[in-house]
Amino acid sequence: MKPLEGLLVVEFGIYLAAPSAGLKLADLGARVIKIEPPGRGEPCRHLAIKHLFVGRDSLLFHTINRNKESYAANLKDPGDLEKVKRLLARADVLTHNFRPGTMEKFGLGWNEVRQLNPRLVYAEISGYGAEGPWRNKPGQDLLAQSVSGLTWLSGDAGAPPTPMGIAVADILCGSHLLQGILAALLRRSKTGRGAHVEVSLLESVLDFQFEVLTTHLNDGGRPPQRARRGNAHAYLAAPYGVYATADGYLALAMGSLDRLAKLIDCEELERFTGSEDGFAHRDEIMEILARHLAQRTTAEWLALLEPADVWCAEVLDYPRLVAHEGFRVLKMDQQVELAGGSKIRTLRCPIRIDGERLTSPRPAPAAGEHNEIIDKELLDA
Amino acid sequence: MRPLEGILVLDFGQFLSAPSASLRLADLGARVIKIERPVTGDICRQLYVSNVVLDGESTVFHAINRNKESFAADLKNPRDAERLRRLIRHADVVMHNFRPGVIERLGFDYESVRRLNPAVVYGEISGYGAEGPWRAKPGQDLLAQALSGLMWLSGNDGDPPVPMGLAIADILSGIHLTHGILACLVRRAITGEGARVQVSMLESVLDLQFEVLTTFFQDGGEPVRRSAVANAHAYLGAPYGIYQTADGWLALAMGQVPVLGRLLGCAALEPYTEPREWFDRRDEIKRVLADHLKTRTTAEWLAVLEPADIWCADVLDWRRLLAHDAFHVLGMIQTVRRSSGFAYRTLRCPIRVDGERLYSERGSPAVGEHTAAIIEEFKLEGEP
Repeated sequence: MKPLEGLLVVEFGIYLAAPSAGLKLADLGARVIKIEPPGRGEPCRHLAIKHLFVGRDSLLFHTINRNKESYAANLKDPGDLEKVKRLLARADVLTHNFRPGTMEKFGLGWNEVRQLNPRLVYAEISGYGAEGPWRNKPGQDLLAQSVSGLTWLSGDAGAPPTPMGIAVADILCGSHLLQGILAALLRRSKTGRGAHVEVSLLESVLDFQFEVLTTHLNDGGRPPQRARRGNAHAYLAAPYGVYATADGYLALAMGSLDRLAKLIDCEELERFTGSEDGFAHRDEIMEILARHLAQRTTAEWLALLEPADVWCAEVLDYPRLVAHEGFRVLKMDQQVELAGGSKIRTLRCPIRIDGERLTSPRPAPAAGEHNEIIDKELLDA
Repeated sequence: MRPLEGILVLDFGQFLSAPSASLRLADLGARVIKIERPVTGDICRQLYVSNVVLDGESTVFHAINRNKESFAADLKNPRDAERLRRLIRHADVVMHNFRPGVIERLGFDYESVRRLNPAVVYGEISGYGAEGPWRAKPGQDLLAQALSGLMWLSGNDGDPPVPMGLAIADILSGIHLTHGILACLVRRAITGEGARVQVSMLESVLDLQFEVLTTFFQDGGEPVRRSAVANAHAYLGAPYGIYQTADGWLALAMGQVPVLGRLLGCAALEPYTEPREWFDRRDEIKRVLADHLKTRTTAEWLAVLEPADIWCADVLDWRRLLAHDAFHVLGMIQTVRRSSGFAYRTLRCPIRVDGERLYSERGSPAVGEHTAAIIEEFKLEGEP
């Protein structure tokens, strides 16, 4: 039995943040029903990356919304709204990520919906919280990264602000929403009472920086200083970074400098011995290392360093990663089967329960695909 | 009532991944006891990020381990091991992040713990899973990033691989561990059964890339190409990126290129009417944009773009962010205090429950600070 079997989730979420939480809920065993506008459906169906579509919908939509059902409803239509309310009366969880005020306009704000179902866990994502000067700003990943200070942590000193090239704010925020939902469901099992869970992209991407912000808040407010070359963390000492070798790249994490100098036979490095040197002379040390490591291949360095338990790894790209036994043994990819018989290769849930990987071949739904079933099964219509 | 009140968590973890999970559980209301080796404790206490020392220990330790108790135990010492076995009988959750094989040798693996407490939810984080060629590799953030392909997504085309400058693999694996643990606690409330939850840093950082890896599988495995100009996402077209202005930087997310051209007074952008071109010719479009945006200040551009609901933002550093009203209104900073009296500032939990922000005044514990009290409370010594 998957851990969340028997739970009913109604997802009003769009794009990535809330729907990524819905995907994990589904993979953990919940029944997730997306509420979508009739016809066009959720906007993510039309947002493609690299122009990739599968049938009428973007591959992106398929990736985020597999293993869910779809119920088409026009929330401005009183008949449809009534059905959605009846569905909510039976649901365990509601999620949405509309801008503040939107659900309230439909009469589906927390205060209204809790009257319909006091056991409901009502979970919502905003961009920047419901108060303050940014409350109406678009809740979008790159913008949340940009205002949060995050872009000054990656890339080398002197490089422009460097965003993380993936939607980290959306994904972290969806993850935090899920933490709140699950904790509230556990409380409900004791008290019978629902809950209101709120997270925002900005708070999530600030939480992501909690270690370094804690340092900043207690070091007199010094700005973060990225390394001049091979930066991997503005607050860690040399050798922490990424280095070019004769044929690729090598990542070196934290470790003793004098031991490293001896293992790689780098005389120039031997004068930096104390642990303080790694901070005080970081750029100088990393330059010396960069020159030295460029002389031999990644495999040669790994052969020296790995047996000595120096924390290092080669830097892989996707083609080399997916061909590697270390990737294959995880069985991290799975096939989703589309109605026409074709398949999409995507990833599974990263969590194992009782030794089992959680997989599901069920594809993303067409908009409104499950109206009939849901009307019959859940709404007795 | 905080949602996890009444839940007892024993965290054998060190560094960031498992301890970040138990921090979240603590803030949500659980009681978290850190199991630490006597005297030196969690290695993270001496893991310095920058040379800042707070009350004798590293800033990151204080950030990760506030709101917890510390129980000192040498797992190889029979007396301490017996105390822990007794304590485990009371626990709802036991978690660790040792390398595969270590906890088995110490006698606190899932099978052993389950014999003591069949309803326990047992959570573990490894670097790369328990099988395969990487199983014995150190489970460290930068290494997991390096192997996962992630480093080719940030920075511009032609740059070396650019790691994310934060411990993303640690943080995500800790988050996924909490997801599994909490889901199994929900199931346990119905069935009474315990569970084993396993995650790995590599699988977690692959999950982060689920959208782009699915795209990579679907497009026939074409190499990832970052944009040569202002890259912010290798798979998104122009204008997505961060651009220099006359006095700072401007982030531009989605937007139709000719519309942007008209709003910004940049005629050279108007001929790009085909959405397909915004991806296929993104470097050339972004170069035009980059040159044009340098001519005026960030505030001037925002004044044009925001009223037109173009998705854009100023790019702040911490100094400007921390001074901004939009930051103050969140109440994200809290001051916590150790029992030594030493106080420090840190962030709160990012989740609000029933309209309440979750604060906690309790700072990080000293090694073994709560050992005696816990022995007394749970009667860990003497005749059972």
